[in-house]
Amino acid sequence: MLIKQADEVHPSEITPENVYLNRRAFIRIASAAGIGLASSVVFPELLHGQDRWPQGKKGPYDVDDELNKFKDITTYNNFYEFGVDKSDPSENAGSFRPKPWTVRIEGEVKKPATYNLEDIVKPSQVEDRIYRHRCVEGWSMVIPWRGFPLADLIKRIEPTSRAKYVAFETVYRPEEMPGQKRRVLEWPYVEGLRLDEARHPLTLLAVGLYGKELLNQNGAPLRLVIPWKYGFKSIKSIVKIKFVEKEPPTTWNLLTPNEYGFYSNVNPDVDHPRWSQKTERRIGEFLKRKTSMFNGYGEQVSGMYAGMDLKKYF
Amino acid sequence: MPKTQWEIRVLKPLVFLLGLVPAGLLVWKAIAGELSANPIKDITEETGIWTLRFILCTLTITPLRRISGWALLARFRRMIGLFAFFYGSLHCVTYIYLDQFFAIDEILRDVAKRPFVTVGFAAFVMMIPLALTSSNRIAKWMGGKKWRLLHRLVYLTALGGVIHYLWLVKADTQRPVMYGGVLAVLLGYRMWEYFRSRHVTEKTIPRVKANLA
Repeated sequence: MLIKQADEVHPSEITPENVYLNRRAFIRIASAAGIGLASSVVFPELLHGQDRWPQGKKGPYDVDDELNKFKDITTYNNFYEFGVDKSDPSENAGSFRPKPWTVRIEGEVKKPATYNLEDIVKPSQVEDRIYRHRCVEGWSMVIPWRGFPLADLIKRIEPTSRAKYVAFETVYRPEEMPGQKRRVLEWPYVEGLRLDEARHPLTLLAVGLYGKELLNQNGAPLRLVIPWKYGFKSIKSIVKIKFVEKEPPTTWNLLTPNEYGFYSNVNPDVDHPRWSQKTERRIGEFLKRKTSMFNGYGEQVSGMYAGMDLKKYF
Repeated sequence: MPKTQWEIRVLKPLVFLLGLVPAGLLVWKAIAGELSANPIKDITEETGIWTLRFILCTLTITPLRRISGWALLARFRRMIGLFAFFYGSLHCVTYIYLDQFFAIDEILRDVAKRPFVTVGFAAFVMMIPLALTSSNRIAKWMGGKKWRLLHRLVYLTALGGVIHYLWLVKADTQRPVMYGGVLAVLLGYRMWEYFRSRHVTEKTIPRVKANLA
């Protein structure tokens, strides 16, 4: 096993990269806006009455939609490990310790090992991406994530030819995650992707949002973001990534197989048995908007599902 | 009975104001920006849960009165029932206006296709005749027997409310099950009373009269 002991000082213990980047971002924002408020980084909405991040040109993966507020993204969460109400994660995640953090990578890989988070993140180019986020419950947000493609990590890890799927697991710490004290779901939370989905350039391992480190309620310190699938696929606080041959079990599918499929691609034509998926309420808006196939990412991802009956493989 | 009148004069307005507190809090939170990022869902959930709470409250009056012997309680049953209808109406309007924005086709599809909406809608519709016939005059005009028979619909409304709640939650059934437990106790008490009273018929006659008061 390859567990590095922390006899050296990790970069994150000095100045986390995000904070460092944040400072630069702050200088950029502050000088551009001519406002010398340190709080403008913490509360970007102070700048123009709404959050502005990131500045500058948009990348090929960014959407043009207006960003949701930092406050909304960090106080309206589904993270049952901290409680079932939307306000629970932000209220109950205070005692969760995302540092130090290790991730076990195992299964059909050439180099199974337990890695320090730094060693997973550092070799990759961290970037900002503005993604749509569609919850299976019928609401959506637009979130500026910070992270790197999962494909990057997969390349370094070198899965064997037998690897067809990737299974993910959330940390299990009932002492720090009060929601885990009751068996509302089977703990630990597990999710999975087909290997081609995991390798898709849109699939992100996020470490931050709005240019800041991820807050506990958003899945610190490492979470998945798959913008064309319902939000629950984007597993939070990942401690294990396992490469496997067969389709791995997923938590919501285990609970109600007829309501939550393995794929769970955003699809307005396949209703949740108990509610319609045709429309969604973008948080911050009054009228509902129409939901797009693959959450509007069809051009990039539909090829992966060519010939598949998406009503059957929902 | 001046004492009773005094109690009513003080307690009735008090209960009335208390009944308005949940709605007032909701309005205050909305104005102060204290609602969550999805305020429409907050309003839907708050008005819904208070409907169920008031339904259960109104069903508590009779057992409580019998057990405590405090006859005055009966005077609050109608008001609490009407509050249930008030919150139920708010809940329904929130769904039709704020949530669906009068998309009639969507609403009808929901009612037809989504069992939890069907049950909730039916539970609300069953409250309408109860609210309409709540006045003393109408009760007298209908006659006690018919009126009581009609108002047994409240049991179905309550059951519908609990099922509506149970069927809409995603994973955690703890809260709806709790409300279901309270309802089971309240209905169980009535069944127990019913079977007991069949053996002691003479005792039930004055009770029936008291019900009408």
